[in-house]
Amino acid sequence: MTFSLSRRSLLRAGAAGLAASALPLGLARAQTNVILGIVYVGPKDDFGWNQAHAVSVEALKAVSGITVVEEENVPETDAVAKSMESMINLDGANLILATSFGYYNPFVVDLAKKYPDVTFRHAAPLWNKDSDPANAGSYFPYLNQAHYVDGVAAGLSSPTGKIGFVAAKPIPSVLSNINSVLLGARSVNPNATVQVIFTGEWSLPVREAEATNALVDAGCDVITCHVDSPKVVIETAEARGVKTCGHNASQATLAPKGFITGAEYKWETIYKQYADEVAAGQTPPNFLVGGYNNDMLRNTAYGAGATPEAIKAADAAIEALKGGAPIYKGTLKDNQGNVVVDKDYDNYDPYLDGMNWLLEGVQGSIT
Amino acid sequence: MTAETADAISTRASQGPSLQVLRLAEAITIPALAVVASAVLFSLFLLVIGKDPLTFFSLVWTGGFGSSFSIQNSLQRAAPLILTGLAFAIPARIGLTMIGGEGALVLGGFTSAAIAIPLVGGGAPVPLTLLIMAVTGVVTGGLWVGFTGWLKYARGVNETIASLLLSYIAIATMNFFVEGALRDPASANKPSTMPIGDAYRIGSIPGTDIHWGFATGILLAVVLWVLMSRTTFGFAARMTGGNIRAAKAQGLPVGWLMVTCCTIAGACAGLAGFFEVAAIHGQANASLVAGYGFTGILVAFLARQNPLAVVPVAILFGALAAAGGVIQRRMGMPDATMLVLQGMLFVVLLVSDTFYGRLKFFQVKATGDRT
Amino acid sequence: MDSAVLTVLIAMLGGAIRVSTPFMFVALGETLTEKSGRINLGLEGNLVLGAMVAYAISYLNGSPWLGVLAAGGSGLFLGALHGYICKLPKVNDIAVGIAMMSFGTGLAFFFGKPFIQPQAPHLDSIPLGDWTGNSALAQALQVNPLFFVGIALAVFMWWAFRNTRWGLIVRMTGDSAASAKAMGVSVELIRFLATSAGGFLAGIGGAFLSLYYPGIWNQGLSSGQGLMAVALVIFARWDPIRAIFAALFFGAAGAIGPSLQAVGVTQGYYFFNAAPYILTLIIMIISAGSKAAARDVPGELSITK
Repeated sequence: MTFSLSRRSLLRAGAAGLAASALPLGLARAQTNVILGIVYVGPKDDFGWNQAHAVSVEALKAVSGITVVEEENVPETDAVAKSMESMINLDGANLILATSFGYYNPFVVDLAKKYPDVTFRHAAPLWNKDSDPANAGSYFPYLNQAHYVDGVAAGLSSPTGKIGFVAAKPIPSVLSNINSVLLGARSVNPNATVQVIFTGEWSLPVREAEATNALVDAGCDVITCHVDSPKVVIETAEARGVKTCGHNASQATLAPKGFITGAEYKWETIYKQYADEVAAGQTPPNFLVGGYNNDMLRNTAYGAGATPEAIKAADAAIEALKGGAPIYKGTLKDNQGNVVVDKDYDNYDPYLDGMNWLLEGVQGSIT
Repeated sequence: MTAETADAISTRASQGPSLQVLRLAEAITIPALAVVASAVLFSLFLLVIGKDPLTFFSLVWTGGFGSSFSIQNSLQRAAPLILTGLAFAIPARIGLTMIGGEGALVLGGFTSAAIAIPLVGGGAPVPLTLLIMAVTGVVTGGLWVGFTGWLKYARGVNETIASLLLSYIAIATMNFFVEGALRDPASANKPSTMPIGDAYRIGSIPGTDIHWGFATGILLAVVLWVLMSRTTFGFAARMTGGNIRAAKAQGLPVGWLMVTCCTIAGACAGLAGFFEVAAIHGQANASLVAGYGFTGILVAFLARQNPLAVVPVAILFGALAAAGGVIQRRMGMPDATMLVLQGMLFVVLLVSDTFYGRLKFFQVKATGDRT
Repeated sequence: MDSAVLTVLIAMLGGAIRVSTPFMFVALGETLTEKSGRINLGLEGNLVLGAMVAYAISYLNGSPWLGVLAAGGSGLFLGALHGYICKLPKVNDIAVGIAMMSFGTGLAFFFGKPFIQPQAPHLDSIPLGDWTGNSALAQALQVNPLFFVGIALAVFMWWAFRNTRWGLIVRMTGDSAASAKAMGVSVELIRFLATSAGGFLAGIGGAFLSLYYPGIWNQGLSSGQGLMAVALVIFARWDPIRAIFAALFFGAAGAIGPSLQAVGVTQGYYFFNAAPYILTLIIMIISAGSKAAARDVPGELSITK
C-alpha cells in the first residue's frame, strides 16, 4: 500500500499542475519549442479511442511554439519503437505520447533509456518509479467512473434492468468498466444485471453487430460496450429499438431515440498540461491519473433514452465522484462466489488495476 | 525463328556481352524502369490530390535510406519479411500456393515463448535456452505447415484454403492460451506469457540496432537458394512444380517433396516468430499477429520465388514502411498513402514481367526462361 | 437448456441470413472468374473499395441503391484492371490479385477518411418474420433484398453454365484454352469479361457490408472476408449453388461464438469464435478425399497445377 500512497501524492501534484495550466496558454510558453510526437495504434479517425486522442491533440496545433507530428496505424511491435525513434531522430521530437497499452513494455521503456533527454508519456497507469526511467511516465483517466455513471443512468432508464455489454477482451480496464456499469445500475436498482459478450478483438464490426443482436435477443434492453469504435454497436442497438450508452467519444447522434449517456475521456486536460510544462522547461509529472475529481472525464449529454429520474441520479453520482466517493465498496463477491472486494477501495487503488474478476450479477466469463 | 535472325543473334552472342551479363542487365533494368514508371504514376496521383511529388519522394528517401538510422530502421523492419517471404517462396517452387505463414509465425513464436517459461524459471543457461526456444519455434512452424502439405498430398485438400484456415486457428489457439492457462498474471491489460527477461533476450548485431533475425534471414536465403537451385532435391521440387504428372511418371517422391517444402516453409515462419519473441517482445501476445505472414506472400511474388531476391524485396518493403511514418508526419497524409503507393508499385512491377525476353536490347536467344 | 439450444439455433439462422451475403457475392464473382480459368485473389480489395464507395455515394446522394451500383462500378474497375493486366503474357494472375488487394484497400482507406463519421442512408430490409410473434425470430428473418438477388444469381449461373452458349464458352475457356481457341473463341476476351464481372459482384458484396450489415464504413469493416470468400470457392468446388451453401454455412457458424456466450456458455470463446474456420477445415478434410473435388477443378487454373 505504500505505492498507493505515493501514487496519490503524485496525483495531487498532477492536480496542482492542472491549476497552473489554467493560465492563458500563451503565458507559460515561449521559452522552449515543443515538438510533440504522438503514435496511434489505429486510424486516428476511428470514431473511438484513437480519435479521442487525435481530437485533443489537434487543439494544440493552433498554439504557437508547438509542433505536432502524428503517426497512425502503428502496431504494437518494433514498428512503434522505430516510429518513435524516427520522430526523435528525424523530427527532433522532445515529447512523445504513446497512446496504446502495448506500446509501453518493452518499447517505451527501452527507448526512454536510450534517449534520456526526451520526455515519454504513455496512456496507461504502468510507470513504476522504482524500475522505470525517470523520463518516462504514465497518464490515464479512469474511465470506469464514467461507466459507473452510465450504469446509474441505465439502471433507471431500463424497464427490465438487464444491461448488455459488448466487450473486446477480458483485461482489467475492460472488466472494470463492466463491473462499474453493474455497480452503478445496482446502486439504483438492486436487481439489475449485466450480460457480457467478448468479441476477442478490438475492432471487428461484424462480430460486434452479431454480439449486439445476441444480447438483444437474450432480453437486454440497454446496450453498452468497450470496443475501439462503438459505432456499430450503438447503431445496431438503436435499430433493434433498445437503449444505448456510449464509450470513448460521443455517439449521441447515432441513436436519436435510445441514447442515454456515454463515457468519454477528456485527454485535452492532460495534453494541454504536458505542452505547457514542457514549454516552460518543466518536467511533466511522471504519473498523472485521474477521473471526475480532476476533470479528466465527462459523460455525454443525456439523450432521449434517459428518463428524468435517471438524469437526476446520474448527475448526483457525478457530483459524488468529483468528491472522491468510492465505487468498489465491500463486501462484494465475484460471479464464482469468491469475495473479491473486502473493504472500500479508493477509486485509484492499485488493487483494482489488477482486476481479474466479474462481479456477482455479471453473466459472463473471463476465460 | 528465321535463319536471318538466328544468324544475327549468333553474331551478337559471339561479339557482344555474354548471355549471363545480358540476363543480369535485363533483370536489373526492367524492375528499375518499373519503379520509375510507378513513381511517375504515383506523382500524377499526388498532383491530382494537390500534394507535391518532389517533397514526397525526397521524404521517402529520407525515411527509408537517408541516414544511418533510416537504413537500420528499414533493415530491422525487413527482418521478419525475409523469413515469411521464404515461407511462401519455397512451397511455390513446387507449385503450392501456401499462405499459412502468418499462422506458423504466430504459433512458432507462441511455443518458443511457452517453452522458455520453465527454462527461464529454472535459470537455464542463456544460449541453451535460446537454442531450445528457436528449435521449438522452428519445429512447431514446420509441423503446422507441413501438415498442410500432408493434407494436400494425402487427402487432396487444397493447400491455399487449408493454410488460410489453419492461420486463423493458430491465432485463436495462441489467444486461448495467452489469455488463459499461460497468462502471466502481471500482464494485466495486455495478456501475455511470462516475459523471458532482458538477460535472455537476443541482442542486436554489434554496432547496429538490427536484431539477429535479419542476418539469419539472409543466411537462410542463401542456403535455401543453394538447396533449390543447386541440389537434386531442388531440381526434383522444381520439376514437380513444373509438371506434377511428369514428376510422378519419373518416379519422384512427390508427396515427400511437398511435405518437405511445406515443412521448410513453416520452419522459416516459425523462426520469424521465435525472433519476434526473443528479440522484440520478450514474450508471446497478440502483437505477434502483425500481418508479416501475409506481407511475405507479396515479397515472395515480387522476388519471383527466388530465395536470394527475397532479401532486397523485403528491404524495399521495410523501407516503404519506415518511410510511411515520415510521410504521415511531415505531409500530414494518412497511412493509407503508402498502401496506394505499394499497390501501384507492385502492379507495375508485375506488369513489367511481361517485358522479359521481349526487349530487343537484351536478346541473345529468342525466349528467355526465367525460373 | 432447450430454450438455450433454440436461442443458438435462431441466432445461427439469423447469422446465416445477415452475414452470408457478402461472402455470396464475392464467391459467386470468383466462381465466374475461376470458371474462365483465371484466379483473382484480390477481391478483398474490391469488397473494401465497394463498401467505401457505396457508403460515400449513399451519404452524398441520399440513395443507397445508387451506392450499391457505384460499388459495383468500383469493383468492375478493379476487376477490369486485373483482367487487362493478366492478358499480358508472363504475368502471374495470383500475384496481380494480391497486389490489387493492396491497391484497392489502399484507395478505399485513403479516400474513405471523411466517411467514417457520417451516417449514410441504409438499405431497407424485408420483414419476413413479423408473423412469428417472436422478436428474435422476427429479427433473424429481416432479410435484405440483396440476399435474394445473390441466391437468384447463383441459380441463374448454375443454369447458365450448363444451358447457355455463353456458359459453355466460359467453361470451355477455363477447362482448356487450346480447345476454346480451336473453336474460334477469344480466350483472353472471355477471361477479361469474366474477371470484370466477378469484380463487379465483389463490389456489390462490399455495399452490403457498409449499407446494411453491419452498416458502417471503417477500416476494420471487412477484416479478411473477401479473402475467405475466395477460399470458399475452392471449398464449394466451383459450383454456384454450393457457393451459396458455403456462404450460409459460414455465416451460421460465425453466429455460434456470440450466441453461445449469450446463453451462458462462456468458456473457450476464442475457439467458438473460430468455429467457421475449424468447421470448414474439418469438412474439407472429410470430403476432399473423394475424387469429386479434383474432377470439378477448371483445368486451366494456375492454383491447381
